[in-house]
Amino acid sequence: MTDQTVPCTPALNRRDLLRAGSALVVTFASGLAQAQQRNTPQLKAGKTLKTDEVDGFIALAPDGSATLYCGKVDLGTGLRIAIPQMAAEELGLPLEAITLIEGDTALTPDQGPTAGSSGIMRGGVQIRQAAATAREALIGMAAQHWGKPRNDLTVADGHVVDGDTQERLAFSVLLNGKPFALKLDEKAPLKKPADYEIVGKPLPRPDIAAKVTGQHPYMHDVTIDGMLHARVIRPQAVGASITGIDESSVKTLSDVKIVRINNFLAVVSRNEWTVIRAAKALKVSWSNPASLVGHDKVKSWMVAAGNDAAQSAGKEVLTQKGDSAKALAESKQVLSASYYWPLQSHASMGPSCGIADVRPDGVTIWSASQATHRLRGICARILERPLEQVRVIYRDGAGCYGTNGHDDVCADAALISKAIGQPVRVQWSREDELGWDPKGPPQLLAMRGAVNGEGRLAAWETEMWLPKATASLPNIPMLGPQDAGINQPQGLSTGLISQNAHPPYAHPHLAVRVNWLKDSPLRPSNIRAPGKIANSFAVESFVDELAASAQRDSLEFRLEGLSDPRGLAVCKKVAELMRWQARPSPAKSGSLGRGFSYVHYKFNETYVAIGMEVEIKRRAGAIVVKRIVCAHDCGLIINPDATRQQVEGNILQTLSRTLFEETQFDTSKVTSVDWQSYPLLTFPDVPELEIALLDQPHLPPLGAGEAACAAVPAALANAVYDACGARLRNVPFTPDRVKLALARGHA
Amino acid sequence: MAVYQCSINGRIRPIEADDPDQPLLYALRNDLSLTGAKFGCGLGQCGTCCVLADGEVVRSCQLSVSQAVGKTITTLEGLGTIENPHPVQAAFVTEQAAQCGYCANGMVINAVALLGRNPKPNLDDVKQALANNLCRCGTHDRILRAVMRASGQVMP
Repeated sequence: MTDQTVPCTPALNRRDLLRAGSALVVTFASGLAQAQQRNTPQLKAGKTLKTDEVDGFIALAPDGSATLYCGKVDLGTGLRIAIPQMAAEELGLPLEAITLIEGDTALTPDQGPTAGSSGIMRGGVQIRQAAATAREALIGMAAQHWGKPRNDLTVADGHVVDGDTQERLAFSVLLNGKPFALKLDEKAPLKKPADYEIVGKPLPRPDIAAKVTGQHPYMHDVTIDGMLHARVIRPQAVGASITGIDESSVKTLSDVKIVRINNFLAVVSRNEWTVIRAAKALKVSWSNPASLVGHDKVKSWMVAAGNDAAQSAGKEVLTQKGDSAKALAESKQVLSASYYWPLQSHASMGPSCGIADVRPDGVTIWSASQATHRLRGICARILERPLEQVRVIYRDGAGCYGTNGHDDVCADAALISKAIGQPVRVQWSREDELGWDPKGPPQLLAMRGAVNGEGRLAAWETEMWLPKATASLPNIPMLGPQDAGINQPQGLSTGLISQNAHPPYAHPHLAVRVNWLKDSPLRPSNIRAPGKIANSFAVESFVDELAASAQRDSLEFRLEGLSDPRGLAVCKKVAELMRWQARPSPAKSGSLGRGFSYVHYKFNETYVAIGMEVEIKRRAGAIVVKRIVCAHDCGLIINPDATRQQVEGNILQTLSRTLFEETQFDTSKVTSVDWQSYPLLTFPDVPELEIALLDQPHLPPLGAGEAACAAVPAALANAVYDACGARLRNVPFTPDRVKLALARGHA
Repeated sequence: MAVYQCSINGRIRPIEADDPDQPLLYALRNDLSLTGAKFGCGLGQCGTCCVLADGEVVRSCQLSVSQAVGKTITTLEGLGTIENPHPVQAAFVTEQAAQCGYCANGMVINAVALLGRNPKPNLDDVKQALANNLCRCGTHDRILRAVMRASGQVMP
């Protein structure tokens, strides 16, 4: 299909918006959404983008249909069904009447990036509140119309209904073509969970039929009139400069343009295959700054940097309770261990792709970014345009699981489009994506702990080495503008990586310290369950080590220190499903084992317990994961099937990250740039999964997009230890590490 | 510029290319608007670009337009539509077996080929048939269920 180019001028005129409407509906070319296309209301000029206005989020059309404007986007995560469910429920609308528009910066309020598992928890909750406000307003209008007390009135099926007479008034009649013009009321009452008719149902996602028949319009499939294809030629080394270009090397290819802005280099052509060949053929020589530490030296680099005034960003005590130093000094036996989580790629299945159309009167960007509103600011800054002139339109990409290359590729496209004055599509290669996407930062944790005479946790210390995120950084430095020499904010972005760094079990003496580092070995960004995945790996592994040292059953050891009833419930559910028998680890079999891990995400969000059963093939150093059991409490469940799918994805993706994944790099550049050098979990590795969702209809909905990740690595490490007595403290758990751990007890 | 006459989804489609080695993938996506097959690696490693060639799975990033001549190519679009899906596609919808769905093309194509040669595979057969197709979202379990469902069996 061809998307229309819609330059975004400060005040969108009606014609533009109607054209925008025709471009927008392609996002929803399936199932539910396709049925909705017929009812797509005409967009009103001057639509508010304010998050405190009902009209920011909801528009009701005269034909009874409704449009939701959502700043969060569906990254393959099911928001596209769940958020309409929340709004339909509160507003008393049939789901079929709703069209959802996601992430378009000209139409949707800025609800922040779709990150940190916040899609439902914050984005959906905000829209739900707008819907409740709208419902109350509509009831008020009907009460006035009928001259009846509002308590007699309810909503159903797009109408206000008089409980006495069963008389009905359509929302559209009440609004009479006008907007709500209403502030969002934080106190508008929400529907009682007992009355839910749509929330809590496992309704199918509207995009899947189109995705499995080749009809879903992904970012990668968008074309616009006059669009050229471009490939960026990334430096031969991080930070390298161009020392020479041999333009004659692409002379045999017709219709190739070279775009160079300082060290930013791209080739452009009308034909995609031509431009791929040109990118390969173009002879470029680069300097080699050799500025990287190398993946195998990151751990020692982190410790050294923490002690080096030039590289340290300070030491900080995050948590302190009692006197852990004294308690440890007085303990008979103190255990200590360090754990390491490597740099990892988001490793999206589809390398990032973006389109930019930079025109004198406005800029349009098509993007799969998880943060279209943030990307709008990035593009405005690098193009030196007022924000009002830039519009970013969201299209689904391959799953990103954080800030992958989606933003960078759009910055690339913007630079090239500006340079040549035509719309440009940039498609990254596999090598670009694994080599240059911003990486999950490395994490190193050293633990010390002791158990008292009764076999209980007595004292605990965590010391972490972490790259420090730059305060108030609007975005990570974009690759293309960096090479082009364009001034942009500098600093690190990591997500919140210092949370969940101590056990949630009662212990009198505790200290958590962090050595902040000014830099990270490769440009970092948030990757799914930022930081919590590594911290929980270390904490829940070390809890297991302490329990084993006291010859205690690891689950009993945890439960006696846990008082939060929701935490207890998920732990007990997993124990029940695994038929957990209390005994110390390791097991006697020598090859079969079970492991357990628990996390209360960020100590204030979703509760997750995971149990795993594994078999160790000693000679091969192979870990065979046979079964994974998970109990998950994310508060109110909006759509149980979509939630379950997220939990499944969390588990299997993290199993992949734990068993296989580490970004490798030498002193110049990333060397793990294909699926052989950066392997993922494959189908033969997939275990049996059993997931129990514990619904809390009377509590707020929390995130399901990443919490379960955090409980996976330690459950696996603990199961391996139980099976064979080998303790794995470094990710990934490669066969070499398993064999080393079998030989010396740990690796 | 040469023209390659290729049989695609039951029709002969002329494909213009100035390079006989141009992978079929780019012709499908850019010239024929058949975007079901996706670019994932260009290296034959991930499986997102799979099509059927004479009933066998082929990675369209590794099959040139000149090699495609004379073969009967079927893409994801040729299997079924939203309204009238192939049984494998229908099973994927029933099991909701996609998250981002970028890998779904390869999964469906491989499943169709598998069931063509082995209508009642066991779970290990399905895992082996999909062993070289990558999924990053962790949808594997649902994909396995969908393929078992499409074969008229339930997941053990």
